[in-house]
Amino acid sequence: MPPTSNDFNEMLYRRLYLIRLFEETVIENFVKGVFYGTTHTCLGQEANAVGVLTGLAAQDIVFSNHRSHGHFLAYGGDPRSLFAELMGKASGVCGGRGGSQHLHWRNFYSNGVQGGVAPVGTGMALAEKFKNSGAAAVVFLGDGTLGEGVLYETLNMAALWQAPVLYVVENNRIAQTTPVELSLAGSIPARFAAFGIPVGELDTSDVTEILPEAQARLSAARNGEPQALILHTCRFGPHSKGDDTRPTEALAEMRCRRDPVTIQASRLEPSARLKIERETQAVIHAAFQAALEDPFPTDLDLSENLK
Amino acid sequence: MTTVLESLNSGLQRAFSTDARVLLLGEDVLDPYGGAFKVTRGLSTAYPGRVIATPISEAGIVGLAAGIALRGLRPVVEIMFGDFLTLAADQLINHAAKFRWMYNDQARVPLVVRTPMGGRRGYGPTHSQTLEKHFLGTPGLEILAPCAVGDPGKLLSEAILTGEDPVLFIENKLSYLQSIHEPQSDTEFEITQIEAAQPAQGVPGARPTPVYLLRVHGAPPPVITLTCYGYMVDLARQAAQRLAFEQEVFVEIVAPTRLAPIETGAILTSARQTGRLIALEEGGVSFGWGAEVIARAAQALGPRLLAAERLGALDLPIPSSGPLEAQVLPDVERIMRISQKIV
Repeated sequence: MPPTSNDFNEMLYRRLYLIRLFEETVIENFVKGVFYGTTHTCLGQEANAVGVLTGLAAQDIVFSNHRSHGHFLAYGGDPRSLFAELMGKASGVCGGRGGSQHLHWRNFYSNGVQGGVAPVGTGMALAEKFKNSGAAAVVFLGDGTLGEGVLYETLNMAALWQAPVLYVVENNRIAQTTPVELSLAGSIPARFAAFGIPVGELDTSDVTEILPEAQARLSAARNGEPQALILHTCRFGPHSKGDDTRPTEALAEMRCRRDPVTIQASRLEPSARLKIERETQAVIHAAFQAALEDPFPTDLDLSENLK
Repeated sequence: MTTVLESLNSGLQRAFSTDARVLLLGEDVLDPYGGAFKVTRGLSTAYPGRVIATPISEAGIVGLAAGIALRGLRPVVEIMFGDFLTLAADQLINHAAKFRWMYNDQARVPLVVRTPMGGRRGYGPTHSQTLEKHFLGTPGLEILAPCAVGDPGKLLSEAILTGEDPVLFIENKLSYLQSIHEPQSDTEFEITQIEAAQPAQGVPGARPTPVYLLRVHGAPPPVITLTCYGYMVDLARQAAQRLAFEQEVFVEIVAPTRLAPIETGAILTSARQTGRLIALEEGGVSFGWGAEVIARAAQALGPRLLAAERLGALDLPIPSSGPLEAQVLPDVERIMRISQKIV
């Protein structure tokens, strides 16, 4: 499908809109008590997930973090099993054991501890290199993760051993409630450049700008040169649920200027757009309802050892 | 006589020759140096490309190896000193040990992290500790500890070749140069090897691991059960010999090689007969392995447990000075004193 065709734009819009609707449904229903634990939505950052993961090959690996719903859905994960996981249901991605931050399906993995996913994802990339499988790994980081020391140990080894890995930094300029100005000295690209890792930087919410850049870097990574891509982005929602301390006007301005869904919608015929939205609404509604009706897991199978 | 070091080295060689998916990562592990304690000597020469010298990045190495294991290879990590394991704690506890269970049994992490613990070499507070107690009880993490009895190399090679879950393999610096006592030919002790009961499927430690029972040759039935692992088995042997010949107090040593998940069957069987239990470890005595063993024995045996004691290091950092270090760490004299106290 040529990247400029209507079909292609519609496909991208469908993915963006699916993530948007999923996350809105999560936020909207959290207060009703249908989900366990907490959640971290990626409202406003949907273009990163879709832009980076649309060009992924089947054997490629994704290691995501606490804000993983968009990545999971862009990877091709089933919304029903993700809703179910958040609800603690047996039909969830991990049978309700992991919850929002701990997902694994096919070659998609996530973990909720900052920084630690960097060496694990890089180790996976090195394993694939050792096996000559041709697979590459994408590791999603945030600006907040840049404070973790193990990340720099990892970048050093990734560069030393030429791991087929692409590090994607989603810089939404705020770590929970702490703005980057309070937590980050120096420059983000220089952190990667210091290890000799080629780094690209985009300040956009347009999926069609992110996609080719990510694809080029992924193929360079696949050839044994670790890569970094810094995506300056906007988090529309709170860190988790009700913990947004930013002024409402700033958020409104951000939504007006940097909405990846609106940007991509402008490329579609109104009728095509409406059709996609209606279909996606039906998909999300059905997924949510089905997950709601799914049973909880049965009792834990306690071995002698655990009793 | 084979030393523990030679046995572990041949265990690694065997694992490398048996399965091409086995890799080793660690600091200073390449020949001619072959690792700070020489456990990996010869490996990088025999298997170039599969032994990887790493930067000083314990967290990074363990994390990388966990990722390598998730993708079906069988990595071994050497952490130069057990003290440095704290640097990799997040990788072990929040990543490697979690993946299989939190991903609903859809992933496996066949990773072995080997490291030497222990003092008595004057290395001081940060290079002499016995820290495995901080990792014991981590769900999903199997902890093994060989001693100078039986086949330490086999314990290691089987962990590498047949494990499905992360293993922390606790070696001991003083054990390395000890000669191994073979159960069949030991002149001082009658040694019985039994296999620890296997926990249910899906729980780490599903592979059989040996427990060694040692009694002084020809001694009357024991009146004390002395349980310990690693280098402490050697001190326990010395104490048991002297107790037998100097005091006519007879001891059965029960030496498991798997610390976690805990399996107390052999310890309880022995303690049921003797009625007296001493748990001995080199780590700090508070909140330690011995505390867990004794708690379980008290639960299982009730009033049949006439006496229980534990012995470990004092709750202090380990001093560098020889005479001071000797005061902090458990020794033969203290094992004898505590034994005499309870008979």
